[in-house]
Amino acid sequence: MSTNDVILAAEDGGHQTLTTVLFVGVVLLTVGITFWASRNTKTAADYYAGGRSFSGFQNGLAIGGDYMSAASFLGISGAIALSGYDGFLYSIGFLVAWLVALLLIAELLRNSGRFTMADQLAYRMRQRPVRTAASVSTVVVSIFYLLAQMVGAGALVSLLLGVEGEALKNLTIVGVGVLMIFYVVVGGMKGTTWVQIVKAVLLMVGTLLISVLVLAKFNFNLSELLGTAASNSGKGQAFLEPGLKYGANLTSKIDFLSLSIALVLGTAGLPHILIRFYTVPTARQARTSVNWAIGLIGTFYLMTLVLGFGAAALLSTDQYAKVAESGGNLASPLLAEAVGGGEGSTGGAILLALIAAVAFATILAVVAGLTLASASSVAHDLYANVFKKGEVTGEEEVKVARIAAFVIGGVAIALAIPGQSLNVAFLVALAFAVAASANLPALLYNLFWKDFNTRGATWSIYGGLISAVGLVFFSPVVSGKVDPATGESLSLFGTGVDFSWFPLENPGLVSIPIGFFLGWLGTVTAKEKADPTMYEELEVRSMTGAGAE
Amino acid sequence: MIERTTPAEDAAYARIHATDEFRTLRRKYIGFVVPVTIGFMSWYLLYVICSNWAPDFMSIQVVGNINIALIFGLLQFVTTFGIAIWYSKFSVKNLDPHADKLRADYDEEIGR
Repeated sequence: MSTNDVILAAEDGGHQTLTTVLFVGVVLLTVGITFWASRNTKTAADYYAGGRSFSGFQNGLAIGGDYMSAASFLGISGAIALSGYDGFLYSIGFLVAWLVALLLIAELLRNSGRFTMADQLAYRMRQRPVRTAASVSTVVVSIFYLLAQMVGAGALVSLLLGVEGEALKNLTIVGVGVLMIFYVVVGGMKGTTWVQIVKAVLLMVGTLLISVLVLAKFNFNLSELLGTAASNSGKGQAFLEPGLKYGANLTSKIDFLSLSIALVLGTAGLPHILIRFYTVPTARQARTSVNWAIGLIGTFYLMTLVLGFGAAALLSTDQYAKVAESGGNLASPLLAEAVGGGEGSTGGAILLALIAAVAFATILAVVAGLTLASASSVAHDLYANVFKKGEVTGEEEVKVARIAAFVIGGVAIALAIPGQSLNVAFLVALAFAVAASANLPALLYNLFWKDFNTRGATWSIYGGLISAVGLVFFSPVVSGKVDPATGESLSLFGTGVDFSWFPLENPGLVSIPIGFFLGWLGTVTAKEKADPTMYEELEVRSMTGAGAE
Repeated sequence: MIERTTPAEDAAYARIHATDEFRTLRRKYIGFVVPVTIGFMSWYLLYVICSNWAPDFMSIQVVGNINIALIFGLLQFVTTFGIAIWYSKFSVKNLDPHADKLRADYDEEIGR
């Protein structure tokens, strides 16, 4: 710990105690809720799908809680605070994506699947190859997303508590991991859903409070807020225009295009989002839940705009430098402190602690959703349907799902601790790219293309998965990217290692067409043709809900 | 726990699939979601392309510090909310009655 950090920690002593108290409060509240929710978890449908007993509104909140990660809360407001308008670009892709889920996926999936993404894909296919492929893709997407969240959690909690040190970071990762295992093992979908609902409410209330306080400083005049942000950022009007982050050259612009496409198509293929549609009783409730989610997520991203520009406008030069040093993550917490009365004030300490607790709850809710999605798929797809060929009771499946949650959580902890020394932030964008390249083509073809068959399904899933991961492996995010100013590596591997040949950091522009193309190619080259009566059944069932659970 | 449909269920699905009501439902659903999806995807891509390649247009100030880029971005929010509401109203009016009727027929036929 450097002298500077010690001084920093000492100054922040007031909010540290409060932050710790609120963190403990979040933990006690969510653990209590999980115990309460677990009382009625008996059948497989209870464990995997919360007994399909949630209302559209409750599920809408839970979807918001599942989807809005710490990366979008602290990351997007931080990106806006540092890069101005370009930070806002992300949030638009994250929001518009929900129309794909609403129009093409949510209701049809609710009607034709039961517990996992693979249920829908394997409906009219040979079970074992398709379920294996879907399960592999589910686990890969979820683990990537999970690692990014957990490594982020370690850094974030020490940042929010103002304490540096490897021990605390490791302890945080283990703590977050143990909690998420607890929510999923004990509470199943019911426990996880309630944790996500609590988080969504905390997140919306917290950001609304700070946003109103920021806007009040400018008499609710948006133009004045933007003007002050532009001049304080030192970048002038360019701060309010696209281009600061992605406009450098043609490669960075194409990279941004690639990212945008992956964001808009990836959401509707994220397994932890898809299984949420099974938690409501009818397709109509699934539609209602997506509508609520769109309302919440849209409002939230509008508020991050205020938070990001607010941080640029209101923070002092010193504090703004701290935001830059944290890669943007401190923008919202320090802004909360500033609008509460500034450093050393009681109001500032309270709001800073509040936002830190909201960020902590955010991490917990998202990692729980990811662990549940992968544990469900391992138990229901791999164990019950691939290994046991369906000859297994619901009780046994749930037992295996609980064991799987333990193992996946343990693996995530074991990978996240050494992962801290690597740049893993790219894993979130990669998870979206894999979801868009592997899962979405298979889902869309299966729902809308009569001829789609087993080979088409496995080729699109493995093809999209391998191309997205492979291209990223040979891209600058894994090796060969060096900061020209400092000479430090900006890649996963350190300086001196460079085997990159793919120029884009986001593979979607290439891997999504590959996923769709291989789905088509596999289908037309297969000897075993699709069964037309099974497609008719799927059509009737997905569109009317006839025979749906 | 693989679900296997019974011959009676298979027959019910086949019968419903052949009804005019199901054809109408499918035609109305596809007739709505396909053009609307093409529409919002093009509108979104136009926004991304303008952000990348039309900086002069995007930086035109409209009112005070509020420029085209910000308005264009906020319009994406407006259209997303609008399409969600539009689709839901359309479904309640044009899709749900058919789906409810067909599902009731199925349940009656299977005796659930």
